[in-house]
Amino acid sequence: MSTQVHERVVYAEAQGEPDLRPHTHLRVTAVAVLLLAWEAISRAGIFPRVFLPPPSAVAVELWHLAASGDLWRNVQPSLLRILIGFAIGSAAGAVLGTLAAVSVRAEAVIDPLVALAYPIPKIALLPLIILWLGIGEGSKIAVIAVGAFFPVFISTVTGLRGANPSLMRAAQSLGARRWQIIQKVMIPSALPVAFAGLRLATGMSLLLVVSAEMIAATRGIGYLILYAGDLLQTTRLMAGIAVLSVLGLLSTWLLRWFERMVVRGVE
Amino acid sequence: MEVRVAQVCKTYTRGRDAVLAVDGVSFTVHAGEFVALLGPSGCGKSTLLFIVGGLLLPSSGRVEFGGALGGRPLTAMVFQDFALFPWRTVLHNVAFGLEVRGVPPRDRVLRARELIRTVGLEGFEHRFPRELSGGMRQRVGMARAFAVDPAVLLMDEPLSALDAQTRDLMQDELLRLCERQSRTVLYVTHNIHEAAYLADRVVLLSRRPGRVRGVLDVPLPRPRDEAMQASPAFVGFTREIWAMIKDEARAAMAEESA
Repeated sequence: MSTQVHERVVYAEAQGEPDLRPHTHLRVTAVAVLLLAWEAISRAGIFPRVFLPPPSAVAVELWHLAASGDLWRNVQPSLLRILIGFAIGSAAGAVLGTLAAVSVRAEAVIDPLVALAYPIPKIALLPLIILWLGIGEGSKIAVIAVGAFFPVFISTVTGLRGANPSLMRAAQSLGARRWQIIQKVMIPSALPVAFAGLRLATGMSLLLVVSAEMIAATRGIGYLILYAGDLLQTTRLMAGIAVLSVLGLLSTWLLRWFERMVVRGVE
Repeated sequence: MEVRVAQVCKTYTRGRDAVLAVDGVSFTVHAGEFVALLGPSGCGKSTLLFIVGGLLLPSSGRVEFGGALGGRPLTAMVFQDFALFPWRTVLHNVAFGLEVRGVPPRDRVLRARELIRTVGLEGFEHRFPRELSGGMRQRVGMARAFAVDPAVLLMDEPLSALDAQTRDLMQDELLRLCERQSRTVLYVTHNIHEAAYLADRVVLLSRRPGRVRGVLDVPLPRPRDEAMQASPAFVGFTREIWAMIKDEARAAMAEESA
């Protein structure tokens, strides 16, 4: 039995797919136990319902939200803000990161600016951005883009700089020119690290979209959660949080799929 | 193609320190000749090879190529750590040099397949380097270098990372590949037997800073075969070299452990 498992792991490593998911039953059990315990505690009446509604009630509320169209009315604008902001921010991060990694001069210009801006909690920029862009979609998208930029920029630079020098020498010795070394050696080497940056950036986007919607919005998941909280609609509030969890998971899966496509594309 | 290394010096600067790695080295590799650069660790032999391959610039001195009509002739290098692209299959590793030279996909795949056959890796075209043994990886490294049909083949301790048996087998493989087309080869090694068995001539380098201690003709005919390693000529030759570098090798070892 144990050799069998061992062989499976070795085989999977040889195939380059280390993300095996063993012990599925344990994974399912862990989640089920949590939900059941929560349900039991909530139904035992130790706390008032308004503080801890049971997960079954949250599920029902989620169903109502979906059926009435309220869910989509709030998810759709949030998704759009995330998608546009993330796309702009991560594209800028990847491009400027590549520039900074391959050109000493570009690095000298970009690096100090990034070092100054990076530690600022991005949500603190929202009031300023609202002054500049108004209270509409532009300011929310911009703050998400700024938030997504940094993890992608940093991981792109780190990934490209981490390219194995002996592989670059090999390419050069076979006649590759500078841009070919960048394109065919440095970028493929950097992809795993760059994708880790993209994953961080999606987390950052989710965080910022909710924060921005709590500050200035009339639609969106952040707005839904804040509004439900104000009205002590805890079940609805929790349904909104559940939606965020699902969105986070979805974005991780989507990125993994995208990574596989890209990795396949570079041969 | 002939390679003339003329009075090459290389100084590395590390912080404020300047380290002289190669000091006025001159030698010639004649067209079709297999020359081994032999020396203890840290003698600058890899540095010299990188200079010949255009991967490093000499601090002074020159490398000239005979009969080169403008520009550098083609050199290709085989590395100790194989330096295969892990995200590329065997086929696309071997085709890399042709790809960056703009050879059309169909032609480069044909040529790559031919070389993969030559090094005995038929059937492994679509494997990734991590799925291969060390010996097989270095066969890919050799096929990749041969694929661009270099005027001069440069090898940096290509067999040093392999186990002893694999190394012996690969030496014969290498002889077969190089003798068939009488390639011009510059081969860096610290292994006296390897240098004697593979090369036509051995350029012996001193410990840092690397200087030429002597250039010796290997007294063995071609084609070489394993049995020659037991011949009196071979044994005598390797003893002669060992006598010349024994003291330096000891000194190098003492320095490293200090």
